[in-house]
Order: sequence, then structure tokens, then C-alpha cells
Amino acid sequence: MAETPMSEDTAAPTAYRIIHRPRYGTLIAACIAGFLALSLIVSIGGNANFQWEAVGHYLFHPAILRGLAITLALTAVVLLIATLLGTAVALMRLSSSRILATIALVYVWIFRGVPALIQLIFWFNLGLVIREISVVLPGFGTLFTLNTNDVLSPYTAAVIALSLCEAAYMAEIVRAGILSVPVGQEDAARSLGMSRRQAFWRIVAPQALSFVIPPTGNAAISLLKLTSLVTYVAVDDLFYAAQSIYARTFETIPLLVVVAFWYLAVVTVMSIGQGFLEAHFGQFDRRSRRSWSLPLRQAGAGLRNLWRAQ
Amino acid sequence: MSHGSTHAMISVRDVTKSHGPVRVLDGVSLDVEAGTVTCIIGRSGSGKSTLLRCINHLDVPDAGHVLVDGRFLGYDLREDKLHEVSEAVLARRRADLGLVFQSFNLFSHLTVMENLIVAPRVVRGLGREEAMSAARVLLERVGMGDKADYRPGDISGGEQQRVAIARALAMKPKALLFDEPTSALDPLLVGEVLKVMRDLAAGGITMIVVTHEMEFARDVADQLVFLEDGRVVEKGPPADLLDNPKSHGLQRMLSRAS
Ligand SMILES: Nc1ncnc2c1ncn2[C@@H]1O[C@H](COP(=O)(O)OP(=O)(O)OP(=O)(O)O)[C@@H](O)[C@H]1O
Ligand SMILES: [Mg+2]
Repeated sequence: MAETPMSEDTAAPTAYRIIHRPRYGTLIAACIAGFLALSLIVSIGGNANFQWEAVGHYLFHPAILRGLAITLALTAVVLLIATLLGTAVALMRLSSSRILATIALVYVWIFRGVPALIQLIFWFNLGLVIREISVVLPGFGTLFTLNTNDVLSPYTAAVIALSLCEAAYMAEIVRAGILSVPVGQEDAARSLGMSRRQAFWRIVAPQALSFVIPPTGNAAISLLKLTSLVTYVAVDDLFYAAQSIYARTFETIPLLVVVAFWYLAVVTVMSIGQGFLEAHFGQFDRRSRRSWSLPLRQAGAGLRNLWRAQ
Repeated sequence: MSHGSTHAMISVRDVTKSHGPVRVLDGVSLDVEAGTVTCIIGRSGSGKSTLLRCINHLDVPDAGHVLVDGRFLGYDLREDKLHEVSEAVLARRRADLGLVFQSFNLFSHLTVMENLIVAPRVVRGLGREEAMSAARVLLERVGMGDKADYRPGDISGGEQQRVAIARALAMKPKALLFDEPTSALDPLLVGEVLKVMRDLAAGGITMIVVTHEMEFARDVADQLVFLEDGRVVEKGPPADLLDNPKSHGLQRMLSRAS
């Protein structure tokens, strides 16, 4: 009733100022959340139990840095193997051969289904059950024999277990990426005389890559954290290094803070890196519109991923 | 080597194709003389797309065969038997037939120029410069000379389809197959694509065009084929079929179209 109808011919369509409705609810919620966060920080920061001096002391401690290096190396090696193996499994799953597809399906079923920790301890203990690995070629006899205890060092057991497990996830990521490319792309490539193989590697794979990178970034971040399990099979990663210190000194909380700090730092760097990769390989039609603001947007995308990943 | 009485560029012989329990093509035979245009009409689901895909063996026929310029596309004739060729050989022979899709299917990760040169380079082994200079000529011909560096997502549907036609031409095919090339386009953009196709026809390229554009069919086609339930029901000069449809199916389809 109170509103005056204003038709367009009486009011010239000049620039009206828009008055946004105040959002009191959001404001109050933000104040409460801010207050709680602040008091948490103050109470933790001022809490003597956290022993902030000890945190400072161990943050760059050589044993911790060595553990960090092993965690990073393990993540990198496992990610590399898992990506290659996972791609192979994905291709098998999508192949026209029923047998290959079934093998791939069963692989994913097992290695994604059994908890990683159990797989890890399984490989670690394999040396106790099976004493020797012999490679036998029918007709030629035994080629060579390895003692499992020599081969399955804690490191190898960890790399094998985590790679096999992670490959199952990568296989699903790669498979989804390939299936996201419209079939018309392969049809067009083959109609131009490309073989299936050429069509796949020249046309489908590059497009699948842009679908594969974002979830791979998330998988890599999960993997980084997953590698902390190797502590249970005596691989001296970051967590193990912290544990062996606080087992002696009982500075448990400060060392866990140190470990958490390093995981967060690495995850932050990985998220930013993922943003760069996505900007480079993702969304083809936008790539042509590169501008000065791209690095900023990439970093922004990385931080958004960080947000999502947690 | 031409086979006896016909000088057909494309001969389709008794092609049959089923998808699961559905027999999509049921003994289709068709001859397309070199330098002529054949238009195929038929209701949705009558098997038009499947026929084109069978002609260039993107879908391999269950029975029957296809000859392109007198040569079996998917087989070698030795001692009176048809021996299936390898995937690599089939792929190379398939390049003799260009295919233009309803949904354009430009490679979305490549620029317009890259779309035109990727197959000549990969399949024919052309050098980059050589492929690019040929591509520039073709882009001019379809009126896309100034958009070589655009990505498919940044140009209109009509422009994408013209690029797709140029991409097919870049392989120097012996014939072009079109699958409803204008059906996905805004009415305003249909004309520019049809014009390119008319120019190609006038230039003497052998074409098979699946279309709903009856006016185009009447003007350009030398032969019109009416497909129903995977069978050729009527075939002949376009004016005969369009003005004097004999079968019930074609009569129904034309009365609905007008
Ligand atoms: N890959 C496939 N798998 C199963 N059925 C299929 C497949 N391709 C086509 N068909 C079926 O075959 C029949 C003919 O399909 P086709 O695409 O050849 O028809 P069309 O004449 O091109 O129709 P439209 O005018 O809608 O494009 C349809 O009933 C369709 O459902
Ligand atoms: Mg169709």
C-alpha cells in the first residue's frame, strides 16, 4: 500500500542508488563466532600446557626436518607410482576386454576396500610369512630368488602398500576424467582417420587431464596425511620423529603442534600449486583470456581448494 | 579400379546393423555417384545417423559392406574372400570420408587452427607449416580466416560448424558425410552453414547429407533417399519424392513438415 508505483515513463532511468538491507543475523553470528575464536586463541596461546617455547625449539629441530623430508619423499614417490598404476588400471577398466575390465574392477574393490593401515601392516609382515620370492620362467627354471626380508624393508613395504592403495583411488579419478570427455570428441578424431590409440592420446587424454587434476590435488593432500600411518611400521617419517622425541621428553602437546604446523604448511603449498595447475590445464576456453591478474587468481583458486580440502 | 557398371564414389551394399535387440539398419543399399549430392531424410530414430556411422565404419556393420571409390572400406578382397583389415588400415581409409556432426564436436582443448592441423599432422604426417598453410586456405573458404586463434567455446555455433567442415576438408576426403549439420543451430545461423555446403556441392565434392532442410534437399540434391525403420523406402530425384511421395511414411512426414 505504502509503495508508490513508479512507471518507467515518469521516472527517467537514471542511476538509482541501491540501499542494501542490513543483515543483522549474519552480523550477530559473525560477532559471536569471532569472540569464541578469539578467546580460544587467547586461552591456547596463554596456556602454559602448550609450552610454546618447546614448540619453537622443535619446529626446526634436525630430527623433525629429517622426518618431514621422509614424509615428503614418501608422498611424492607413492603419488607417482599410484598415478601411473592407477592410469593403467583405469584404462583396463575401460577396455573392451571383459577380462581386463574385471581384473581392474576387482583390484579397485580390494585395495580401496581394505583399510590402508591393514594393508600397510600386511606388507610389512609379509616377510615373516613368505621367506623367498622366486621368479620362475617355465622351461628355464628359477631365474632369481630374493629373500623377502631383504626386499621388504619398512620403506619398501610402506611404498608398496600405500601405492597399491592409492592407485585404486587414482584409477577411479582417471576413469571419471576419461568418461567426462564427451564421446563426440573421440568420434570426431576417428572420423578424421586417427586410430583409437591416436584419438585417445591426442584428443581424449589432454581433455581428461583437466578433469583429473582437481581431484588429484585433493587425493595428494589426503595422501600426505595418510603417510603418517607408516609410523606404525617404524618408518621414521615426521610423525615418527615427533613420537620418538616426546617418548623421551614427554613434551607431547608441543611436538604434536609442531607436526600439525608442518602438515598445514605443506598442505598450503600444495593447494596453491594445485591452483596453478588448474589454471594451466583447466577450462580451455578461458585460457585464451590470460591477463595480469592470472597469478593472483591462481593463488586464490589454490586457497579456495585449501578451504574445500579440509 | 572401378567395379563394373557403376562409377559410384560410395556404394552401400545390404548394410545391416543392430544395437542390442533393435535392428537399426535392415539391408540398406545406396549408390552415390562421384561429384553428386545425396540427401537422406527420415523421422527421428529411423537410423540416419547409424547409416552414416556405418558408411565410415565408426560403427562396423553386422552384415553387408561399403565401397569407397571401388575399394572395400573395412576389408581386403583376396581369393574371393573379404579379409578384415587391421584397425590402423581401417583408420587410414576412414579418412577418405569426412564426417560433419550435428553437435560440431570441435576439439575443445585446441584452437580453430589446431583443430584443422592435428589430423593432417598425426595421420598424414604433414609438417606444421605445410598443414597450416593448407588450413588457412580452408578457413578463408568457409569465411573463418580471422578466427584461427579462437577456441571453439568462444565462437558461435554456425562458426563452429563451418570450422568443422573445414576440418573435415583438411584431410582431403573423397566425399563428405553430414549428419544434420544445421539441426543444433539457431535459425539465424542455419543460412551461413547451408551456404558453405551449397558452395562445396557446386565445387563438385561428393556429399551425403542427412537433413531436415527440404528446400536445400530440393535445390542441391541429385538423389533423395527416404529412410524408415532402417530401410530405404523411397529413392530418386528430389522433386519426384517431395512432390509425389508414394509411401505412406513419406507422405505423413512431408505433410507434417509443411
Ligand atoms: N549406440 C547405440 N546403442 C543403442 N541403441 C542405439 C545406439 N545408436 C542408435 N541406437 C538406436 O538406433 C535407432 C536409430 O538411431 P539413429 O541415431 O541412427 O537415428 P536417427 O535417424 O539419426 O535419429 P535422429 O533424427 O534423432 O538423429 C534409435 O532407436 C536409437 O535409439
Ligand atoms: Mg541422428
